[in-house]
Amino acid sequence: MSNKLKVSLSPHVHSGDSIRRNMDWVIIALLPAMLWSFYVFGLGAVIVTLTSVASCMLFEWAINKYILKNPKTTLGDGSAIVTGLLLAFNLPSNLPLYIIIMGALFAIGVGKMSFGGLGNNIFNPALLGRVFLLISFPVKMTTWPEPHQFTAYADATTGATPLADLQSAGIGDLFFGNIGGSLGEVSALLLLVGFAILLLRKIISWHIPVSILCSAFVFSVLFYAIRGGMSMGDICMLSLKHLLAGGMMLGAIFMATDYVTSPMTHKGMLIYGACIGFLVICIRLFGSYPEGMSFAILIMNGFTPLINNACKPKRFAKEVKK
Amino acid sequence: MKTFRIGGVHPQENKLSAGKKIEVMELPKQAVFPLSQHIGAPAVPCVARGAVVKVGTKIADAGGFVSAPIHSSVSGKVAKIDTIVDASGYRKPAIIIDVEGDEWEPTIDRSEALVRDTTLEPKEIVARVQEAGIVGMGGACFPAHVKLSPRTPVDVVIINAVECEPYLTADHSLMMEKPDEILVGVSLIMKAVGVKKAYIAIENNKPDAIALMQEKAKGFAGIEVCPLRVKYPQGGEKQLIDAVVGRQVPNPPALPADVGAIVQNVGTAFAIYEAVMKNKPLFERVVTVTGKSVAEPKNLLTRMGTPMSLLIERAGGMPEDTGKVIGGGPMMGKALLNTDVPVCKGSSGILLMTEKESLRGEAQPCIRCSKCVTACPMGLEPYLLQKLAEHTDWERAEAEQIMTCIECGSCQFTCPAHRPLLDWIRMGKGTVGGIIRARAAKS
Repeated sequence: MSNKLKVSLSPHVHSGDSIRRNMDWVIIALLPAMLWSFYVFGLGAVIVTLTSVASCMLFEWAINKYILKNPKTTLGDGSAIVTGLLLAFNLPSNLPLYIIIMGALFAIGVGKMSFGGLGNNIFNPALLGRVFLLISFPVKMTTWPEPHQFTAYADATTGATPLADLQSAGIGDLFFGNIGGSLGEVSALLLLVGFAILLLRKIISWHIPVSILCSAFVFSVLFYAIRGGMSMGDICMLSLKHLLAGGMMLGAIFMATDYVTSPMTHKGMLIYGACIGFLVICIRLFGSYPEGMSFAILIMNGFTPLINNACKPKRFAKEVKK
Repeated sequence: MKTFRIGGVHPQENKLSAGKKIEVMELPKQAVFPLSQHIGAPAVPCVARGAVVKVGTKIADAGGFVSAPIHSSVSGKVAKIDTIVDASGYRKPAIIIDVEGDEWEPTIDRSEALVRDTTLEPKEIVARVQEAGIVGMGGACFPAHVKLSPRTPVDVVIINAVECEPYLTADHSLMMEKPDEILVGVSLIMKAVGVKKAYIAIENNKPDAIALMQEKAKGFAGIEVCPLRVKYPQGGEKQLIDAVVGRQVPNPPALPADVGAIVQNVGTAFAIYEAVMKNKPLFERVVTVTGKSVAEPKNLLTRMGTPMSLLIERAGGMPEDTGKVIGGGPMMGKALLNTDVPVCKGSSGILLMTEKESLRGEAQPCIRCSKCVTACPMGLEPYLLQKLAEHTDWERAEAEQIMTCIECGSCQFTCPAHRPLLDWIRMGKGTVGGIIRARAAKS
C-alpha cells in the first residue's frame, strides 16, 4: 500500500463543535437586542456599537502581534467581537468615541490579554471595561439619551432611566424596552429571546440566569418587606420590575454566563447565581450606585475559583444504590 | 426510555452496514494467532513447527486462571512461532499456520439445528466455556469463565447488545440472524451463575432487533428485552448496569458482581451457545468493515487469524483517500499501523477513515465551557485532570479520581477547543497507576 496510515489515539471523531461556533451563536442571540437598540437609540447606538467592536478587535490583534509577538492572530475565535458587543451594550448611546476606545483598551488589554488571553482571565472583560469607564467618567457614563431620537448621537437629549424611580415605571415599557438606559439592557423581551436561542443551541444551561433572577426576586421581596410600608402585592410588583430594569437581564443572561469566568458545575453555578442576585439587590437598595449588576458579577467572578474547588460534579457511584 | 444517569454524548451513528446480511469470509492462505488475545496471562503454545492442525484444534493452553486457550480456525500446518506487529503496534509472539483445506475437528457439531436443552451442571457449563477459549467479544476480551465464577452472589444477567460505537453493526446483524441461538446462550449463562432474570439491552436505533428479540424471548423463561435510549457510552459495563437496573458499580476493586450483576456481550452469549451445545471452540466471529469511502460496507463472518487486508479487499478494497484504519469503533478503537494485523477474538470492526476525517482540529486554550464535565459519564472534570497531568501534579490528580476514568473519549469528542484531553488523562493514569502500585508494594 502506498498510503501512509495515520496513527493517533482515540477518540478518532469529534462533535464538530468549536469556540467559533459558540461565539457565533452568542452573537446571533445578541442580535435581537442589538437591532432594538438601533431602533430605540438610532445613530448613536450604531456608532457606539461599531466603535466598540472595531476597537476591541484592533486592540486584541495589536497586542497579540506587537506585545506578545504571537505569529498567529486570535481574532478567528470570535471572542473579541463578543466582548466588543457586550461592552457596547453596557454603554449609553451618546458616549464620546475616545471614551469608548479607552474602555475597549481596558477591557481587552487589562481584562483579557494581560491575564494570558482567552481562557485565562478571572474577570469578565466587558464588565471590567464598563466599570473602568464608570469610575473614570462618572457623569458621561450615567447620562442616558431619551429613547427614540433616531439621528442623534452626542447631541441627544438626556433624561432619567426607570431605575431612578422604579415604582412609577410601567411594567410593559420595562418588558418591551420603550425606555432609556444602556444600549443592550432595555428590552427584557428581546434579551429573553436571546436566552432561548442560547438554550436551544446548547450554548449555556439555564442554571446561572435562573438562579440570579430567582435570588434577586427573593431578596428584593425580603428587603422591602423588612423595610415595611408597602403591601405584599406592591412589593412583588416592584421586585418584578427590578428583574426587568437596568442591567439585570443583560447581566444574568449574557454577562454572568461567560464561560471563562463562571463556575464549572451546575451546583457551583446555582451558588454563584444566588450570590449575584443577593449582591445586586443589596447594591441597588443600600449602596450609593443606582445599578449594581456589574459589581455583583465581578465580585462573584473573583469567587469562581473557590466555588470550583468546593463544588465537584456528582461522581459515579457516589452513593451505592441497589 | 431508560438510559444511564450521568454524562454521555451523541456521536453520529453512521451505521452504514446496518441491515447487511452476514457474509462468510473466505479462508486466508496464512492464519496468524497472537498468543495474547485476552486480558490476563498470554496463552502458551502447545503445538510446534510442522504440527498438523484441524479447525478447532487447541494450539495454545491458557497461561493461568485469568487467561484463555487459543484454538486454530483453519486446518493446515504450523509454519512457525514468531513475533508479529499486532493491533497494539508492538511486536508480540504469535503462532502462524499455513492453511490447507478446511478440515474440522470431528467433535464439533456442524449441523444448523438449534439445541435448546442441556443436562450439564452450572460448573460443567463454566468448564466448557473455559475449554472453548471464550472471552468477552465486545472488545475487552476478558476471559468469560472468570466472569461466570463471581466471588459474590449475583441476581441479574445483562446481555450487552447495545453496540453504542458508531459504525459497528456486528452485534446487530448477529441478533437478526441468530436470535434463538443467542437466547439459548443467555439461558446457559443464567444457569451457570444461578440467576432467574436476564435483560438483553438494545439501543433503540435497532428497532428491528428489539422487535425480533422480544418475539423470540417469549419462549425463554426470565429473559426480557430492555430497549435503551441511544447515548454513548451506554455499552460501557458500568453505564449499562446503571441504565438497565439502576445500580452504580463503585470504584475498583469493586466489580459488577458486587452489585449483583454480570454483563456479557451478545456475541459472547452466542459463542457460549456454540461452545456448550455444539462443542465448537471460539475461532470465528462477525467483523464489520465500514467507512464513508468504503465501496461495500459489510458484516463478515471471519476466521480468527485472517489478515485484515483481506476483509478490506472483500469490502471493495482500500479507498484512495484512506488516512486511518481503526480496529474497532471511532470512539475507543485503535489506529492500526498496517492492515496485515490479524483478526482476533476482540476484533469487532475495521473502520476506514478518509484523510480529511483523520485530521484533528488544532488545539486552543481551554475556555472553561464545562462541556467536558457535562459529558463525562463517570462524573469527573476532564479539563482539570488534563491540566494536572500536564503540570505533573500526581497527588491532586489521584485525589480528583483520575483512575476512575474509563477512557471512553466523550470529553475529547465534545471539547470545542479540540484539546487532547484523553491523551493527557491516559498518560496521567499511567503515571498515577504506577505510583499506586509502588505504594502498595512498599506496604
